[in-house]
Amino acid sequence: MYQYDNYDQAIVDARVDEFRDQVQRRLANEITEDEFKPLRLMNGLYLQLHAYMLRVAIPYGTLSSKQLHMLAHIARRYDRDYAHFTTRQNLQYNWMKLHETPDLLADLASVEMHAIQTSGNCIRNISSDQFAGAAADEVADPRPYAELLRQWSSFHPEFSFLPRKFKIAVTASATDRAALQLHDIGLQLIEQGGELGFRVLVGGGMGRTPMIGHWIREWVPVRQYLSYCEAILRVYNRYGRRDNIYKARIKILVHELGAEEFTRQVEAEWTLLEPLGIDAPPAEYDRIVAQFADPAYDTAAPDTLDRSDPDFAVWVDQNVHAHKQPGYAIATISLKPKGGIPGDASSAQMHLIAELAERYSVSEIRVTHSQNLVLAHVRKADLHALWSALAEADLATPNLDLVTDIIACPGLDYCTLANARSIPVAQKIAARFADLDRQRDIGEMKIKVSGCINACGHHHAGHIGILGVDKKGEEAYQLSLGGSGAEDASLAKILGPGFSEAGVVDAVEKVIEKYREVRASPDERFLDTYRRLGDAPFKEAVYG
Amino acid sequence: MIKLLTGNELLTGDVVWWNGSAWSLHLRDAVPVEPGDPILDHTIAAERVNDPVLIDAEPGTPPAPRTAREKIRGVGPSVRPDLARA
Repeated sequence: MYQYDNYDQAIVDARVDEFRDQVQRRLANEITEDEFKPLRLMNGLYLQLHAYMLRVAIPYGTLSSKQLHMLAHIARRYDRDYAHFTTRQNLQYNWMKLHETPDLLADLASVEMHAIQTSGNCIRNISSDQFAGAAADEVADPRPYAELLRQWSSFHPEFSFLPRKFKIAVTASATDRAALQLHDIGLQLIEQGGELGFRVLVGGGMGRTPMIGHWIREWVPVRQYLSYCEAILRVYNRYGRRDNIYKARIKILVHELGAEEFTRQVEAEWTLLEPLGIDAPPAEYDRIVAQFADPAYDTAAPDTLDRSDPDFAVWVDQNVHAHKQPGYAIATISLKPKGGIPGDASSAQMHLIAELAERYSVSEIRVTHSQNLVLAHVRKADLHALWSALAEADLATPNLDLVTDIIACPGLDYCTLANARSIPVAQKIAARFADLDRQRDIGEMKIKVSGCINACGHHHAGHIGILGVDKKGEEAYQLSLGGSGAEDASLAKILGPGFSEAGVVDAVEKVIEKYREVRASPDERFLDTYRRLGDAPFKEAVYG
Repeated sequence: MIKLLTGNELLTGDVVWWNGSAWSLHLRDAVPVEPGDPILDHTIAAERVNDPVLIDAEPGTPPAPRTAREKIRGVGPSVRPDLARA
């Protein structure tokens, strides 16, 4: 994975010193909270319901064991012994103290990490496929291109005060594991005639106005994608709606101009920009690509698997994916144990996963937008030992992509923007469907819960989406069906009137039981049944 | 319905409640504050408590904030009772 050079390290270290000074001035009342707030937000420090929250950037969701050990240490030293992995492949600490934050950031910087641009109207953490570099179905590792985007977008002088926040995802497979089409820019690495290039999508997003993005270019040569992104950002920065926060995202601009006119403007801008030579020189591309070279695989690793342990076999079937290298597999660690909080991990669990990565997966860990973790390079011969060690720490729940693998934002338990709690709803649904045989009979089922219209829980992209709303000071929940953040992206549609917390859990069960009744075959996914039949049978089941 | 004065302490971010003479970490200590009470202006000027606000509550021991949001602020995350404030 990428190692900081002197420039990267100097920038991050200088930012820690700068923030330390800003905190000291705030504590000495030399600057007001109004003056300080934008400074702390630029360093990922929010004030939430109960305390300060720090959001740490995990570029394209890739961590080294050393970094995860440090994140665990920070959880124990500065927080309350746990942390929360987010839908943007980042990590959040919930109980920060302002005066300790500079020391915490210095600890992060010591392992090449920071919290810069995890808030504010700038280009946020670049996200990617959690199987990048290992997936059997990718054309090339997309992370070098995500890394170059990270460097380009960090402190970009022209794009530090955009009309609104801006999210970019980079993938390299036809199978979309990163919700590409729901990003401000989605870049899909493809191959044509032996050359790499990008398909470019613009104007997707969730929030209060969900939209699926538009593919505006089928091919940008890989060595020119930075200038093309710069052209997109320039058009957005020039014409994005700064007058109305609710209309300020690029998706609104693309919608109002029309994708064709927006594309025309981007192409005109690119015609001016591209000859200026702002794309990285070939040597820089090559330097970064080289840092993502394949690990030294054990070419003698056996490609067979002993499935005689039935519990292990279930975990393999559910949580293990094909690797491009014979003898290897990709293992997903579920952070959705029975009764757990989606995405939460204790410091002990994080230390253990870091140790297991050192032992079994080239000291590397991935964070998924579904709030799970991945060990991407595990010898098949080591899978049983890995599973046994995970099981001892309640980390071997075999529920990936099943009804209990629920995305949930922090919701009203932590978040100052939320209208309703998300986590208890996820926990109650998970408890209702605890029986693993029932889960596996239901099959692929993506339930996503957001505590407010900002949609951090991706409810628009849920096969079943749940949105928490405020009803005269009380929590209530809207149910939506038919969303997808995968390559078959679609937006979930509201089913009908809302529910109480208990009511929405009952409604989810009625929807799922109706699906089991009307599916064409046990292999037909809920999403496909819904698309075939529409919402009528489910409305009848819930409200009839 | 009464009004309670609450905010987040600058140094720690902790939720605090006005008890009539100082800030307390405990909702049970909160006392009613009349709208227009100069304490709100003093709090804003002192800059040691962020986002000070008057919220609605039913009187009692402890007082019961009206909204779900303020109830949760008063005791801590419902999903982590081990971290609840007494």
